[in-house]
Formats: sequence, C-alpha cells, structure tokens
Amino acid sequence: MLSKRLIACLDVRDGHLAKSVKFVDTKDIGDPVAKAREYYLDGLDELVFYDITASSEGRRIILDVVEAVAEQVFIPLSVGGGVASVADATDLRLAGAEKINVNSAAVRRPALIAECAEAIGDQNVVLSMDIRRIEPSAHMPSGYEIVINGGRKPMGIDALSWAREGERLGAGELVVNSIDADGTREGYELGLTRMLSEAVRIPVIASGGAGEPDHLYDVLTDGKADAALVASMVHYGDYTVSGLKRHLHGRGVKMRMSW
Amino acid sequence: MAVIVDYDAGNLKSVERACREVGLSAEISSDPKRIRKAERVIFPGVGAAGSAMRSLAASGVDRALVDAFEASTPILGICLGLQISLEYSEENDTDTLGLLPGEVRRFRLDDPELKVPHMGWNAVRVIRPHPVLDGIEQGDEFYFVHAYRPIPENSADVIAESVYEGPFCSALGRANYVATQFHPEKSGRVGLRLLERFAEWDGRVAVDPAQPSDGDDTASQFDSSRSVVSRSRQRSA
Repeated sequence: MLSKRLIACLDVRDGHLAKSVKFVDTKDIGDPVAKAREYYLDGLDELVFYDITASSEGRRIILDVVEAVAEQVFIPLSVGGGVASVADATDLRLAGAEKINVNSAAVRRPALIAECAEAIGDQNVVLSMDIRRIEPSAHMPSGYEIVINGGRKPMGIDALSWAREGERLGAGELVVNSIDADGTREGYELGLTRMLSEAVRIPVIASGGAGEPDHLYDVLTDGKADAALVASMVHYGDYTVSGLKRHLHGRGVKMRMSW
Repeated sequence: MAVIVDYDAGNLKSVERACREVGLSAEISSDPKRIRKAERVIFPGVGAAGSAMRSLAASGVDRALVDAFEASTPILGICLGLQISLEYSEENDTDTLGLLPGEVRRFRLDDPELKVPHMGWNAVRVIRPHPVLDGIEQGDEFYFVHAYRPIPENSADVIAESVYEGPFCSALGRANYVATQFHPEKSGRVGLRLLERFAEWDGRVAVDPAQPSDGDDTASQFDSSRSVVSRSRQRSA
C-alpha cells in the first residue's frame, strides 16, 4: 500500500531560500539547491519549490534553481508560485518540475486548472489553496475562505466548494495551506484538513503550522492527509527528514524507510 | 548509447538526467532509424494511451519498437511505455503495441478511502528474479503515478508485484524486454540502481520467462482479460 509522504517546501525568493511567518516577514535562510540535495539524501519523499519572487524578471531565476535541483535530486519535484498560464507550467516542466502548483491565478481564472491538466496531465496539476478561518455564513458555510496573492486578498469563496471545483476541473492533488497556522509551529489545522480530505478523491497535502513530530502524526492520522508538508522544522536544523520519518514510522504510520 | 523514445508523451528530461547520473549516455529521439539501431532503448511515457498510440503510429516509431524487440535490443518500458507494450488498453479503448500479450485496465477499488490515480511511494516485491531488478530488497519503495494497471496474459511475464487493495503487476519482463509501472527516474537511489542495472544488461534472462506456464496459480486473475484481448485482436485483424 502507499506510504504517507513527507514533503519539504522551499520558499524561494530571487533564487534564495526564504521562510515566512504568517506569510509576512520573509528572510533569507540559504541555498535552495544545497538544501534540496541534503533532504533528498536524507530520505525526503517529495520536494516543493514555491517562488515568492515579486518581480517578473526575478522569475527566470526559479527556472535555473529548478534545473539545478533536477540534475541531482531524483524524487518528484513540484513547483509553484505565480503560475498563470500553460506556458508558465510548460517552462517549469522543461526545467525539471514534475508537478505544477497553481494558486491565485486559478482562483481568478478557474479554467487554468483544466488547461494545465490537458497540457501536462491531471496527476501533475496541484491546486494549492491558501485558506483562512472565518465565521460560517450562508455564502461560505464551511467557515473557511480562499485567500490569494500570498495571503493578502480574501476572495469571498468557500474553501470547501473551491476544493471540489478544483477536483472537477482536473486538479490531481490539493495542498491545504492554513494561513492561521502558517509559521506558528503549533500544529496543522486538523479540522480543515480532514474536511477537505473527506470531500475529494484526490490526495491532500497538509501545509502550515508544523512545529513538532507529533503534529505530522496528527495530520496524517486524524487529519486524513496523504502527505505532510514541512518547512521551518527542517530548514533551521531542529529536526531532520530521516528523524521525522523514523518518528512517524515508530508510531505506526506507513512511511518509506529505505532509500 | 541508449535511445529514449520521444513520442509527445510527457517530459523525458527527467529520464535523461537519471541516465546521465548513472553514466548511461542517452539521446532523446523520435527517429525510427535510430531506434532500430540503438544499443538499448528506453520507452518512457506519461499521458493517455490513445494519443500516445496515434503519435507512435504517425512517426513510425510503433514499428521501430517492434523491430527493436525482435532484434533482441534490450528495452526498458516505463509507466505508459509499459502499458502500451501490451495488446489493449481500456484507456481510450485503444489497441496497443502487443509486444507481450495482455491488457491494461483502470483500477476499480472497493475501499472508498483509496484514491485513483495510485500516486506515491509503494513497495515492489520481486516475484521472479530478473537481472534488472537484482538487488531490490524487501521494503524498497518506488514512485508510482497511474490510474490504470497492466494485466499480462501470462503470469510468467510478471516479475514484480505491488499491492493497492489487491496485488497488481508492477514490473514485467520477457526476453529482452523489461518494464516497470513505477518511475525509476523519480525513485531516489533504488531507482537509479535499477537504471544502472539496465545500462549493464545484455538483454538476456537466466531462465526464459517467455515460456507460458499452463495451469498457473494466477490464472483466475487473468480470465477476465482474455475476452478483451481476443476482441482487440479481432478488431485489429
């Protein structure tokens, strides 16, 4: 049977690794290519690059980063950040990305999901959703709202209905990123992750809030996530990829333990 | 020099990079002449069976692959490459190359918690020793992305199995042809080791697995496939 996946997310700004807390206060923390290689050799199951570069000219740099990583990291590589067209997706694929994450541009123009699915295959299109908790309303009954532009612009769209719509349009996977939990190290938002995982038949990746190994355990069991995404936990050396996997395996979660 | 067959079926650069990593020089080509003359052939692919077969037929690569197979060139199929080497795929109701007898069907799972496509890391259990699978140990996992599964007609062609609800064929081999449903180029170091062994393989297997075994233990598993396979044969005749 399938193992649960441990995914490391590298936020890249102008070619450097950055990490944000609640989507603001980003700072440089190193060379993304070296980090990617280190995690790969330590048993990482999948790697996500998120390009948080603001300028369009800076966007070329991510292609170089992806290409350099793809030369030496032989696990699935997923890239997102600013993907707004099939051409963007194709450029990243040619640079070596397996999967393409779409986010804000897909909220503004949902057909982007279908277009990318047609061009590169359903299984390679990942719908990444930034979500914040709100008071449930008639318009957004799930109590969760989609936010775009790096967490700055609430869209008045219910997260549950957007997840279902994304699946219908051809997304092969969902990333559920809780803005409320992001960078807090207090744990994933389990209720949100479970709600979306139960609502779709595509894999769900939990993101935002991991601070200790049992947070991963909780979201992979109670939260019903197929994969757990980590960033600061491993970037600052508090935990290692292999250490996290050993912990999860030790608690009975099926993980890939030989590499 | 190996040829990586290009037929508009996905991104081949990851396969090329992985070959380079294990010291196998490889070129990406859709030229039937180069495929016929290749020392070894890698036949990858991601996408749908229908458009893949149309593309192969349009370029003449379909015949070149059959010729390379008959000329004993070592061939490695990967994912869709494996699937369209059988005779028929339920995906787009497509007649496929037919290097080996068998068909491809969509996963139909009873457990509502199991998702299709089968995507992620799963264990691969070698059930018939093969030079290219040599060294795979119990618990070694490989990366899969597929919604359809291969069902070779002869159980002797199944060289490895994985489990997703039930067991399914995750690698097959006959004579100079070997193929994996998983992606060795995305499977970390165990995947690279598999490519390395393919790079060294002379295309022979110690015991010829091409001999169909009658009364085999998995016959019931393949019963349902026979009618479809014969239907596809009639149709293509």
